[in-house]
Amino acid sequence: MSMDDKKPLPEDEVGTTGHSWDGIEELNNPLPRWWLWTFYGCIAFALIYAVLYPAVPLVSGATPGLLGYSTRAAVVEDIAEYESRNADLIAKLTEVPLEVDAIKADPALYNYAVQGGASVFNAYCVQCHGREGGGVQANGYPTLSDDDWLWGGTIEEIHYTVTNGIRNEDNPDARWSQMPAFGADELLSEEEISQVVQYVRRISGQEHDAALASAGETVFLDNCAACHMEDGTGDRYQGAPNLTDAIWLYGGDVETLTHTVTYARFGVMPTHAERLSEAERRAVAVYVHQLGGGE
Amino acid sequence: MAILEKHKILEKNASLLLVFSFLVVTIGGLVEIAPLFYLENTIEEVEGVRPYSPMELEGRDIYVREGCYVCHSQMIRPMRDEVERYGHYSLAAESMYDHPFQWGSKRTGPDLARLGGRYSDDWHVQHLRNPQSVVPESVMPKYAFLENRMVDPEHIADKLRVHRAVGVPYTDEMIEAAVADFNAQIDPDGDYDALLERYPGAQVRNFDGSPGISEMDALIAYLQMLGTLVDFSTFEPDASR
Ligand code: HEC
Ligand code: HEC
Ligand code: HEC
Repeated sequence: MSMDDKKPLPEDEVGTTGHSWDGIEELNNPLPRWWLWTFYGCIAFALIYAVLYPAVPLVSGATPGLLGYSTRAAVVEDIAEYESRNADLIAKLTEVPLEVDAIKADPALYNYAVQGGASVFNAYCVQCHGREGGGVQANGYPTLSDDDWLWGGTIEEIHYTVTNGIRNEDNPDARWSQMPAFGADELLSEEEISQVVQYVRRISGQEHDAALASAGETVFLDNCAACHMEDGTGDRYQGAPNLTDAIWLYGGDVETLTHTVTYARFGVMPTHAERLSEAERRAVAVYVHQLGGGE
Repeated sequence: MAILEKHKILEKNASLLLVFSFLVVTIGGLVEIAPLFYLENTIEEVEGVRPYSPMELEGRDIYVREGCYVCHSQMIRPMRDEVERYGHYSLAAESMYDHPFQWGSKRTGPDLARLGGRYSDDWHVQHLRNPQSVVPESVMPKYAFLENRMVDPEHIADKLRVHRAVGVPYTDEMIEAAVADFNAQIDPDGDYDALLERYPGAQVRNFDGSPGISEMDALIAYLQMLGTLVDFSTFEPDASR
């Protein structure tokens, strides 16, 4: 096979490879130049690559290559480089007192916190709290864009909730409280439950059975007021919801209320103490705070 | 060229051609296969990684059976966007006991390699029952039927044996206690100390909140342990890998 000739020759000048089968002969055309050079180029590339980058597998690892490149080192560098661009803001955010005024006093910082908080929220919180904290109604995931707070709506309180979570077993500092299962644990009879449910309907301004509701008032004061307060407006120290407004975590219809009182509820929010950095937790707290209901 | 002339000898002798063809394939094969014999040495040792508990293994099988891997990967690549979105990049050791591994190749949904602890059990139940009820835009199918299918641990010990046959270090003791461990993981009021000793870090709960051990329980037990075994606050990965 000749590779010396530059241009394809007319058929009669090409010559043959000498192979001949039943009179059929093989012409000896040269390979196209571009093809050959690409081929040589690939070989050269492979050799250079194998020397510069990790390539050849050995017994307990691969040859490291002259450049010492590793994807792990590269990603660490990459992250550090992006963080260094905002290093000032990140440092400031980690140190600033957790108060609206203190953060708002520095518009660049506030803007960074809100924007950064929004990306954290979209990656870690929307699945439970919905787009822009709109909540997932009736599933026990509270709306974060209104001013009805279970545990508290200052930046500091939101930050605590985000960091430690609620009723989870992974973090000993998680917010914790538990409503008793009045029906399942036979603390109240079915009759008493239907009475107190009607009472809750009354204080939340919904249609109710007046006779049952007034009987329910005593049941409520005896059993529920310790957490939900005598007027039913709830208690933030225990995360007991306000029962007198139209905002429900699980639902305000008779069936749902009966279920809630019979079996109780146990809303869990995971801890973010390790999953997010301090700056990220602060940023997301500022973001949630400005969604509409921040205190 | 002289060597090309010699090639003729090969071309003209079928048996010789066969012998030399085998020789070439053997060299290629060796280069590809030999490193696998040293696989043990190439996976860095990482503290915390252990074989799946029987309940988790059952959940993993349901994950495979339902084809969750078609839409979900379990492999966080060492790239900035992935690490920021999902958490620490995956280590080879973390899928060391996966047969077959669940790295996946397509992400219709998010990567699940560090899912454990990210959501509550309750959220998983609601999400598997009806994904759109918590994530309205979701295109994930409903898996509500898992709640009604009870799991009988009858063959769980055999399952462990099969995994041992392919290299997972289940001990005789683990296999013997497979059924007990299976039942213990779902019963927080029972005695689960032995389970935790055999499978450190296993989570003991009634995962789906309803009585009996359903496929939902097993699947959530598996989902809640994904990516939780390695403690990255103490583990420093070897940067040169
Ligand atoms: C697994 C679902 C889940 C995830 C993920 C989640 N939360 Fe929650 N969150 C809840 C539940 C459930 C509650 C209500 C708990 C209760 O009933 O007291 C809650 C409550 C809260 C509260 C308290 C609201 C109040 O009225 O006091 C805040 C603030 C909050 N979440 C913010 C966040 C932020 C920010 C993120 C993301 C970093 C997040 N949550 C991620 C489930 C979740
Ligand atoms: C130990 C404190 C405690 C007691 C006592 C208690 N609750 Fe609760 N209640 C809570 C907590 C905490 C929640 C929130 C649960 C959650 O977020 O998962 C709650 C939630 C509720 C809800 C759900 C509200 C919603 O928005 O969906 C209703 C209704 C309710 N309680 C009614 C009652 C009634 C009626 C009683 C008395 C029979 C009672 N509670 C007694 C602590 C208590
Ligand atoms: C048709 C593709 C598809 C299949 C099959 C599928 N999923 Fe999903 N999954 C998605 C999409 C899309 C999302 C993102 C939206 C959402 O959260 O529902 C998702 C989200 C999730 C999430 C939440 C992850 C996160 O970090 O937000 C979990 C957990 C999950 N899927 C588990 C499963 C399991 C377990 C199976 C198998 C039983 C499964 N998926 C099968 C498409 C799919």
